[in-house]
Amino acid sequence: MSTLTGCIQGIGVLGPGLSDWSATRALLTCDESYVAAPTVLPPPAVLPPAERRRAGRVIRLALAVGAEALGAATASSSADYARLLPTVFTSSGGDGDNCHELCVTLASGDRQISPTRFHNSVHNAAAGYWSIAYGCTRASTSLCAGDASFGAGLIEALSQLACGAPAVLLLAYDANYPQPLYAMRPIPDAFGVALLLGAPASAPELPRLQVALSDAIVAPMEQAAFESLRASIPAARSLPLLERLAQRRAGTVILDYLDTARLAVEVQP
Amino acid sequence: MTALQLTHFTATSCLGEGLAATRTALEQARSGLAPCHFETVDINTYIGEVAGIDDVALPPPLQRFDCRNNRLAHKALMQDGFEAAVRAAIARFGPRRVGVYLGTSTSGILTTEIAYRHLDPVSGALPPGFDYKGTHNSFSVVDYLSRLFGLAGPAVAVCTACSSSAKVFAAAQRMIGAGQIDAAIVGGVDSLCLTTLYGFHSLQLTSPAPCRPFDVARDGLSIGEAAAFALLERAPAELDPEAILLLGAGESSDAYHMSSPHPEGAGARSAMSAALNSAGLAPGDVDYINLHGTGTPSNDSAESRAVVGLFGDATPCSSTKGATGHALGAAGALEAVICALALESGLMPGGMNVRQRDPQLRLNYLTQNRRAPLRRVLSNSFGFGGANCALLFGRAA
Repeated sequence: MSTLTGCIQGIGVLGPGLSDWSATRALLTCDESYVAAPTVLPPPAVLPPAERRRAGRVIRLALAVGAEALGAATASSSADYARLLPTVFTSSGGDGDNCHELCVTLASGDRQISPTRFHNSVHNAAAGYWSIAYGCTRASTSLCAGDASFGAGLIEALSQLACGAPAVLLLAYDANYPQPLYAMRPIPDAFGVALLLGAPASAPELPRLQVALSDAIVAPMEQAAFESLRASIPAARSLPLLERLAQRRAGTVILDYLDTARLAVEVQP
Repeated sequence: MTALQLTHFTATSCLGEGLAATRTALEQARSGLAPCHFETVDINTYIGEVAGIDDVALPPPLQRFDCRNNRLAHKALMQDGFEAAVRAAIARFGPRRVGVYLGTSTSGILTTEIAYRHLDPVSGALPPGFDYKGTHNSFSVVDYLSRLFGLAGPAVAVCTACSSSAKVFAAAQRMIGAGQIDAAIVGGVDSLCLTTLYGFHSLQLTSPAPCRPFDVARDGLSIGEAAAFALLERAPAELDPEAILLLGAGESSDAYHMSSPHPEGAGARSAMSAALNSAGLAPGDVDYINLHGTGTPSNDSAESRAVVGLFGDATPCSSTKGATGHALGAAGALEAVICALALESGLMPGGMNVRQRDPQLRLNYLTQNRRAPLRRVLSNSFGFGGANCALLFGRAA
């Protein structure tokens, strides 16, 4: 089967006990052992004040990892670069806090919901805030493939490169729902990853990916705490790929995708 | 871009089940909008409700997917031989080479809204039998179709609010163009729920009357529901002249406001322009535009500026939302099917419910059905968050 390719120009990570990509990289290369701690989401300084007040956890998570991936690649001119960058947002479930509040109000005697809650309820809310923050008028999509959402986003981003886009920013993120929805979707905390992907020919010195559907089985990660994170948050299904990139080792990693297929990702560091 | 053929398509909305009912309603200029008596909703508005969804039974092995949205999807799939066409494509290409790309905005959230009225009084838990993944999650309808057809290829829901099921055409086109799949089921499914009815009401965007896009006194939208599907395949060298093609797609972001369009329609214009560029066509090559045309004062004004800015004021345009209501995440696919019907029959459906056209909106807005041979038509879809998509469809000859 044919493959999809791209090079990695920047990485952003935020998760339980993972403050950014450089901290995550150190843990993935076993310089230190990983211990989960509650995810700390920075305030979305890039947003105008009105939008900043309205941005929930999922939006803050997406903006934070996107900004890190962007900054790593472009240093001081990241905001200018972002204006012209197509984006692929992907999440297994969007903003659970907002959804819960809407459902509570709609189940009550007074169904007057807040207009802000309503517009924040769309799955592409994070993408909307991102485009406003950076003045980005390029194409943006927002995907959901349940637990397969990271893989779906990776495929979409690489297919955009295959069709001529010079670069695409992929942002995959999930945050925990409040009860009672939490019991139905027990994601323990917020985790996000962003990959700034470029056409492979654009920078031969950068790590390169080649992705295809596969029937191979995913190997558990060596550190149990990372394996637990990988298995419990859909966006963290990216961790075996991040580990390979952190270790700068060539080879193929298998990522969980759909029930019917995995992704084989060949990495050339 | 690679031109793709819509080898089969179907739509179910308040106009009726399948293509024949949809075509007849449009030919007769019959609107499917009616006063809202949906569920326990107490809002003075009109809606486009699909009749008989409650009577649909999903196959027993897929009961966990039982909800209004997936019942609507199932009902629509069974029209016009679409299910058989999909199975034939899978037999031809194999289950890994057929993708599923569906748009939805609210999926089966109605099930969750109702479940929240029945939380356990002590523990606060959701009622027994509530299935989040099968109903509420945005991927549910994609998962349902994948399992119904035994597919094992790429499958994803695109959720960019009211442009969701237009963008699926662009996403599937990229995957076919990149050689990853040979065919794709694309479409949109969105069903009535309290979140959207009360949500648009909170924004003062629901009209108390049937919506009247491009009328001088337009005062909001009428929410509808629909499921529409197309089977996309690479176009063969030898084509029937009647064949319907996806010629181009353009996407953009407004970067302006979460729930209001850019007042000059800048994002809308760049999406339409990108669709033309991707097809290698000029504005003069388009014979008819199916507008997003929601009937809100701001959408129609911004869209008119965008269309007139790019096409001038001669290209015939209309919104079919006066007939169907705004099917939100299914609107793009529903209107893609209406465009395909227009190309087949040469019918440009007149925009309904207009008493007096808004003289400020200078586009050539049709208020009566018009017949003329159509070669290429454009369909606009714009969503919350400023997510815009324009699709260009054409006849082979």
